[in-house]
Amino acid sequence: MSDVATARALLESLGDFGAHFTGDDVAHLEVHGNEIVGSHLVPGLDVDVEQLDDGVEAHIRLHEGVKLANPVHLCFGMLPTDGLQHIVMKVDVEPDSFASVQAHCTFPNAVDITHTMDAVVTIAPGATYEYFERHLHGAGGGVLVVPKTRVQLGEGSRFRTEFELIKGQAGVIDFDYDADCGAHSILEMVTRIIGRGHDTVTIRETGRLNGEGARAVLNSYLALRDEARAEVYNTLTASAPYARGHVDCKEIVQDRAIAKAVPVVEVNHPLAHITHEAAIGSVDSKQLQTLMTRGLTEDKATDLIIEGLLS
Amino acid sequence: MGILELHDVTLELGGKPILNKLSVDFWEGHVHALIGPNGAGKSTLANTIMGLPGYTHHSGEILLDGESLRGVPVDERARRGITLAWQEPARFEGLRMDRFIAAGAKVKTREKVQEMLSRVGLDPERYLSRKVDKTLSGGERKRIELASILAMEPRLVLMDEPDSGIDVEALQRIFDALADFKAMGTTVIMITHSMAVLEHAEHAFLLCNGHIIDKGPVDKISGYFADNCIPCDHENLPAPEEEMMPA
Repeated sequence: MSDVATARALLESLGDFGAHFTGDDVAHLEVHGNEIVGSHLVPGLDVDVEQLDDGVEAHIRLHEGVKLANPVHLCFGMLPTDGLQHIVMKVDVEPDSFASVQAHCTFPNAVDITHTMDAVVTIAPGATYEYFERHLHGAGGGVLVVPKTRVQLGEGSRFRTEFELIKGQAGVIDFDYDADCGAHSILEMVTRIIGRGHDTVTIRETGRLNGEGARAVLNSYLALRDEARAEVYNTLTASAPYARGHVDCKEIVQDRAIAKAVPVVEVNHPLAHITHEAAIGSVDSKQLQTLMTRGLTEDKATDLIIEGLLS
Repeated sequence: MGILELHDVTLELGGKPILNKLSVDFWEGHVHALIGPNGAGKSTLANTIMGLPGYTHHSGEILLDGESLRGVPVDERARRGITLAWQEPARFEGLRMDRFIAAGAKVKTREKVQEMLSRVGLDPERYLSRKVDKTLSGGERKRIELASILAMEPRLVLMDEPDSGIDVEALQRIFDALADFKAMGTTVIMITHSMAVLEHAEHAFLLCNGHIIDKGPVDKISGYFADNCIPCDHENLPAPEEEMMPA
């Protein structure tokens, strides 16, 4: 299959799941396995990609002061049933720049696929970097997803990330994001995952508020059904004056699913403040009954409540 | 003509009869008020008619259009036209208002949702994409609940304390909704202590100790309630049969 045909097939597998744009004024990159099957850059953004035996290594550089008007679209995936895709990513976001990245990861036919990512993100003072990663898996699971990201936030910078897997079956997810936050920086991490079948989900979100006035929110929202299991470890440490943070984990558990949440908050400065909240349980009975008094079946009402929670 | 009939309905909770051989007919297309002191069984009656979990083990019969509702689950009762406006509407984290209102709507279009929001006095531009969560005031949630019920075009609405926890403007919108229900031919059974709300009812029922002890014009029943039930000093004994109003 030609690169163009592969890229097209990859994007078609997304269906109506998110929109992956490839216009002239939109930077994009499509990677199938270890093959770069499509790419386009815009001024102010450099992307150097090298092919590895089992994936790609990408160095992304956003130039100082550049603010990209359109989101950068990335698509990683594999169409075959088996394989390994390893993504190494180094991202340098230079001072006072802005970029928003929409990453779609698609494994529609997976039976035994491993998708790993090792990313190092450096956000310079005054810059903002947003990274939204959405996964589309097939109905049978069969994907091991291991995203690991280390983030360094400079003074007054901002990092916002969302990881979403609500279409198809997750398989095994071992999510690990870790951030060091400089003075007056802002960190927001959100994960939204639906686990079904025998899915196993582990989430580790860590933030260290090292600089004065740094702020962070770590949010995890999960809905588990069947035999799915999830463990969420959210850790937030505040070591500087006026650092502020909040850790929030909400998990809806149905059937024989099992959920565990371990929020760790640590404050090492008397002028810092962190709060946390965790709620694990079945669907709220009053919400359920309210929707059923509108004529929704229990299943449809549950789906709507979960849709809200994961929105 | 009666849309809903209850015959000798008794429901025990915690070993105590909260509804006690309760029999009553509600007329189709009318606005009825249920009055009674705290603990009389008003909300229990609404929950029992709705068939909520924990309220289905009653004896006696509840008939909708002459057909028993025994064993009919909540959602099926709703699809047959019965619904409940909660005293304290639920919050739904993350759920958009348009999705909530459309969920039970007879016509599930954006235009219909906008129309319903307008009917309860909420600007669709401002509210359509908001969430049904804790950022809304009690009055806003009451109005959104009413919007979702109006969109259902139900045959019978149970309104549990429609005026509790709301401001004057929201109260007026609830009166407007009552007029809308009346215009749609919807039967309303509302639980209230408020004289302002009672003025919008056509008939009233006085509930005491799980039993209807009197029924009739609103001013008569509410007058009796005000004179004799606050505080309740007759030890919750049913009124003599001869004092009861004819149906």
